[in-house]
Amino acid sequence: MTNEFLLVFIIIPIVGFLISFFIPEKKESWLSWTAFTTVFAQLLVLCVFIFYWIFNGSKDLNLFEVSLVKTNDYDFFIDFYFDKVTAVYLFIGALLTSMITTYSRYYLHREKGYKRFFITVLFFFFGYNLAILSGNFETLFIGWEIIGISSFLLIGFYRERYLPVKNAFRVFSIYRIGDVGIILAMWASHHLFHENITFIRLHNYELVNEHLQNHTLIGSFIALCLACAAAVKSAQVPFSSWLPRAMEGPTPSSAIFYGSLSVHLGAFLMLRTMPFWEHQTSMRIAIGVMGLTTSIVTTLIARVQSSVKSQIAYSSISQIGLIFIEIALGFETLALFHIAGNAFLRTYQLLVSPSVVSYLIREQFYNFVPKQIRKSIIPKKLENALYVLSLNEFHLEKIIRIFLWNPLNTIGNKLNFLNLRKLFFLFLSTYLVGSITLYFKNSIPSYVTNYLPEVFATIGLVFVFKAFSERKSPFVAWLLIVFNHFWIVLAILFNEKVSYYEISLYIIGIVIAGTIGYIALLKLKTMEKRILLSQHSGHVYEHPKFAFFFLLAALGVTGFPITSTFIGEDLLFSHIESHQVVLAFLLATSFVVSGIAGVRIYTRLFLGTHIKTYHELPYKSS
Amino acid sequence: MNLTSLRFVEEATLHKLSHFLPAQNPLKDFVHHNTLHAFQDKDFFTALQESSEIFGYKTFLPLSDFRNKLKNNQINEAILDKIIYQKKGEDNFSSWKENVLHKNYDEAIYPKIGKLRSLWKEKYAINLDKSTHGILFRILCSYLDQGISVWAFPVHQDGFLASIKELDKNGVFSIFSTARAKKLLKEDTSIYKLLQILVGEGLYFENYLFDQQFSHPGWSGMIATLESNPTSLLDARKITLKELVTFELLLEIDALDKKFGENWEPLITKITFEAENLFSQSAYSEYFEVLSIWQEAFEWTFYNQALTGLQHKTSVKASEENTKFQAFFCMDDRECSFRRHIEALEPSVKTFGVAAFFNFEFFYQPVNGKFFTKLCPAPVTPQFLIKELPRKKKSPKDYHYHKKSHSLVFGWLISQTLGYTSAFKLFLNIFKPSMSPATSASFKHLNKKSKLVIENTNPEEKIDGLQVGFSIEEMANRVEGILKTIGLVENFAPIVYVVGHGATSVNNTHFAGYDCGACSGRPSSVNAKVLSFAANHVKVREILAERGIVIPTDTQFLPALHDTTRDEIVFYDEELLSVVNTFSHKENSKTFTNALANNAKERSRRFDTINSNESISKVHEKIKNRSVSLFEPRPELNHATNAMCIVGRRSVSDHVFLDRRSFMNSFDYEVDPKGDYLAGILNAVAPVGGGINLEYYFSRVDNHKLGAGSKLPHNVMGLIGVANGIDGDLRPGLPSQMIEVHDPLRLLIVVEHFPEIVKYAITKVPATYEWFINNWVNLVALHPETKTLYRFVNGEFEIYQPASFNIQTIDNSLEYAITSSENLNITLLK
Repeated sequence: MTNEFLLVFIIIPIVGFLISFFIPEKKESWLSWTAFTTVFAQLLVLCVFIFYWIFNGSKDLNLFEVSLVKTNDYDFFIDFYFDKVTAVYLFIGALLTSMITTYSRYYLHREKGYKRFFITVLFFFFGYNLAILSGNFETLFIGWEIIGISSFLLIGFYRERYLPVKNAFRVFSIYRIGDVGIILAMWASHHLFHENITFIRLHNYELVNEHLQNHTLIGSFIALCLACAAAVKSAQVPFSSWLPRAMEGPTPSSAIFYGSLSVHLGAFLMLRTMPFWEHQTSMRIAIGVMGLTTSIVTTLIARVQSSVKSQIAYSSISQIGLIFIEIALGFETLALFHIAGNAFLRTYQLLVSPSVVSYLIREQFYNFVPKQIRKSIIPKKLENALYVLSLNEFHLEKIIRIFLWNPLNTIGNKLNFLNLRKLFFLFLSTYLVGSITLYFKNSIPSYVTNYLPEVFATIGLVFVFKAFSERKSPFVAWLLIVFNHFWIVLAILFNEKVSYYEISLYIIGIVIAGTIGYIALLKLKTMEKRILLSQHSGHVYEHPKFAFFFLLAALGVTGFPITSTFIGEDLLFSHIESHQVVLAFLLATSFVVSGIAGVRIYTRLFLGTHIKTYHELPYKSS
Repeated sequence: MNLTSLRFVEEATLHKLSHFLPAQNPLKDFVHHNTLHAFQDKDFFTALQESSEIFGYKTFLPLSDFRNKLKNNQINEAILDKIIYQKKGEDNFSSWKENVLHKNYDEAIYPKIGKLRSLWKEKYAINLDKSTHGILFRILCSYLDQGISVWAFPVHQDGFLASIKELDKNGVFSIFSTARAKKLLKEDTSIYKLLQILVGEGLYFENYLFDQQFSHPGWSGMIATLESNPTSLLDARKITLKELVTFELLLEIDALDKKFGENWEPLITKITFEAENLFSQSAYSEYFEVLSIWQEAFEWTFYNQALTGLQHKTSVKASEENTKFQAFFCMDDRECSFRRHIEALEPSVKTFGVAAFFNFEFFYQPVNGKFFTKLCPAPVTPQFLIKELPRKKKSPKDYHYHKKSHSLVFGWLISQTLGYTSAFKLFLNIFKPSMSPATSASFKHLNKKSKLVIENTNPEEKIDGLQVGFSIEEMANRVEGILKTIGLVENFAPIVYVVGHGATSVNNTHFAGYDCGACSGRPSSVNAKVLSFAANHVKVREILAERGIVIPTDTQFLPALHDTTRDEIVFYDEELLSVVNTFSHKENSKTFTNALANNAKERSRRFDTINSNESISKVHEKIKNRSVSLFEPRPELNHATNAMCIVGRRSVSDHVFLDRRSFMNSFDYEVDPKGDYLAGILNAVAPVGGGINLEYYFSRVDNHKLGAGSKLPHNVMGLIGVANGIDGDLRPGLPSQMIEVHDPLRLLIVVEHFPEIVKYAITKVPATYEWFINNWVNLVALHPETKTLYRFVNGEFEIYQPASFNIQTIDNSLEYAITSSENLNITLLK
């Protein structure tokens, strides 16, 4: 019975989200009332439940909810789990979100996009609760994806300006990169445990230990993947610079999501999977070292920040670095305590951040002491060096650019000769060859066929890289994304016996979303004559509904959990052998980059400064 | 084309740049001013067209808005017809009416600025903005930072570039990554030489710099302003626009070198068009003429109502004998309704409006203050200092703002302790908002118990070149000035209240803009106290009596402060009142309190989140809550909807419901038959009232480029400005929350005097005359005897016959006000 009750914490947010979706834009009070009621109901029920739970001995709860797809050796199911960590995170989430929705009710009054804001907040809240309550990786991943896309929408809330859009896209991309970690961890754990492992079973020491004994390498691999995903979400070094740049939306949304909830999710992932890696000393050391590096680097960066929000962002990261150390040391309770405190403090500091002007200026007026030139212990040269380094955020931006984005662009740009016709020709001809080889698979020597999946996956990957770096035609970029999935299918078909059911599950979502998106692009072209990816066009100004529609298609085509493709994705991965790390990596990367490329098309066409100049337009620098 | 005008002279170009860049002070000194001040030497409509074509600003409401306003009767068709008729004559009337109502125009803007610099992207495929802006803004902000960062920029005493050089010389990592940029920095290369590297050809240099600086007008404007007004930073920093330009050029060279090595061709090799003069005269545009016709029709629809009201009102002659009290208020439009409510409750009361520095210009130093605060209009530089005498003073602290919370170890402690209290604090503020140390409250400006040094005792003693206090003579001159200006030279009531004003808000970066503009964005309580002290001074009164102003000994001046956000009042020095006056003051303060409650209720009509039909006390409570709520971006609406200014006796406008849309400066033409005091008033009213009005106008018509955009995502930069996010440009101008209910109308100044005297008064100072002759404000003279209206057109006064407007008469202004949250028609009051 108690287990069943966990479902309530998913139902409340989703009902609120769905209701708010149908409330007309003009009805501000209905919207805010719905959001408020939803979140407060959640908070109240949660408080009662937690009391009840503690009273009953605070045992870990697990709820096997529903199996979505089941094949012989594969089961995709939704599962929920509740323990101390869940309780704390759910509570922080419900408490802060309830306060923020109340706050925003007035704060956002008359703001263009009032409805958009509340819907997105509720969507985020739903994703958050899903991720926190998740009992297995699959469920967690759904929540994770929802958080990613709602973050994108919240950061880019002021979608007619250039910087919010640029930063929203950047944060979304970094988030997706982190998803590579989760996808690979999911894949590897399938192979490790030969089942869709639930978190509750991770607490079974014998089970975990038995599997790890035989596969220490795979164990470290999983832990490493998780740590990477966690580092991205919690803005640890070297990914830190996304967090201050996420402060583009209305202050309350920045306060709650980037000041507190979002940014502590990495720590959540570590806490959640702790039973899995706590016996791997090398992993604990690695996580601790990462936390320590982050603390030191970001606290230095925080010290030189001269804008309020970036200062809070960096000091928050440095605390999260400490939290990672605490987790690595095994102080779970301390970490939870620290997480809650840090979340509350940073939320509050961000919310009152406009007040610093009057407060600090008054302080300065009465307590100012002119700067004395004092003898410092550190030599001036070193001090200046550190200062400049901190001011440049330790070049973290640059590092990410060099290691992540530049390779993508470089490879993608190799295909610059492609136009629409050439693309069709290239794809059809090569794919035909690929299909023929599949047909004659048995007559080709195995040392060739063994490498073919990787070859096809690589072709697909190059396609998405090109989609990502395409600067002209949205049609080309769109088709490249769609075609990539066909390559993936081909690669998997080579690999193992896969049923048509499984393939269709995967490809049908792609085909539908791909077609819809393509038609939408055609329609946009007839309306706007020239549509290009070379700059942001801001067409959302004139076609807001159309833009939303296209966003759905873009999400569909990139495997967002709104079509069957999402499950198909997981399913296909189960057909990759445990020794095919390269193939797994190629596929995970192409999923992730295709997601980025899809959202990029949406961003470039619909967001940013409108290309038509008959109305007020912001500066590029705002 | 005149090529000599494009020859590059560095000083001239820099001068021109700083002239056109936004001129907004750091936040704490925020004062309203004409956003397009650089165009003020041109006719208003010409300026709107030119600035739009050069800089890409939207300078009018969209055509569709105007056309809708006609449909909704917000623009009167008869007035529109009259304007078309006057401008275009009978023959062209119908074709122009068609243009105005239906013709489609290409409303897109193709600004001249930015063309040259966009070639980097087009021809070189490099996004220079992207590679330079981030680091540029961060370094400027860190350099100028007034106290956010824990670790301050290593500032060098010789200024900005010297600091950069020092960092470069005495460090390991340079801000620049290529050798040539470092070398050029070290060698103090001139702007001209740097431009030769980048652009190549001198004819294009000026345009290039305009393109460059106007890609981030916020920061450039801030630097230009600080260069001319360095005292605005308490923690002093030396910086010039020249240094900024040099540094930015170096960053650009650095970025280009990084991408292409040192062998790239200057921009000139890719330029296919001739150098153009950005500021050459605009060609005639039918579209802009249509817009200007609409704008005038929109303005005169309102003006016509107001002028009809002023002309039709019956004068009520109150007896001079039983005046219960007299009160001075600020000329501010926010005091308009407060005065009306006082007079409604107590008809014998006389109220006056005046710029609320009350003719006393000085610096103020509160006890423990490390700096001086200027308390007079921004352009004035006072020679006097008013000090507060030592007293015990508590300054409440809030550790959530403490820098320690950002350090690693303390942060660890604080997040686990203060972190939890902050959740509680947030909860409290959301559900029960109250004052906190972070609230910027007007009453904090001057404590009730404060004692000030107002009278000068030793003229020799100077602090920083300032005389401490005013001498008797100096006080007498100022009191005489103010009394004669407003026309109060006889029939003094037993108590004359001197009411300054200020505002209360929290989480409001633009707090200074809510306070008294005549006191450089501070509350005017200290000024009220100084005037009262002077006017109560026996020796001052003796001198005044010699000059013909006899203030009865029973009469006492009493300072007070009106909080325009909370609608509360505080009185100072009540203990100095005589016994009789103490008694009547008690009575009077009830009148004030009730009037304030009514005023709060009237104001509530504009706030959707308050139901104005609730009881007065409930509404007032909610109004007060707004001022201390963290989540309230509109504690008050400030000057929104301001549209006119009346300079004349109260009898010109009492019993007319002006809907808080008018500034009101008292003036008696009989006291000033020659118009010299009037000239003094207009010298202040035009730039102050006009400045406020035009800042609202431009922030409203282009909130993106001329305003600050929505304040919700604002991030405080170095305590001097706000930006969006962490790497955006500074956003000068007003946030959208301040201007959304504002109708962009120019200020109509109505002066009660004979037209020829008004003309004398406005022509006395050329800078003031510019406002009128170039139509940045509209002017109407109201003949004091015949009530004939004279409109100022092209340097002459013409009789203005109001178009027919059926003006209503109402009983109760409060009941009428709360019927709608929109602008109301002007009515007469019984």
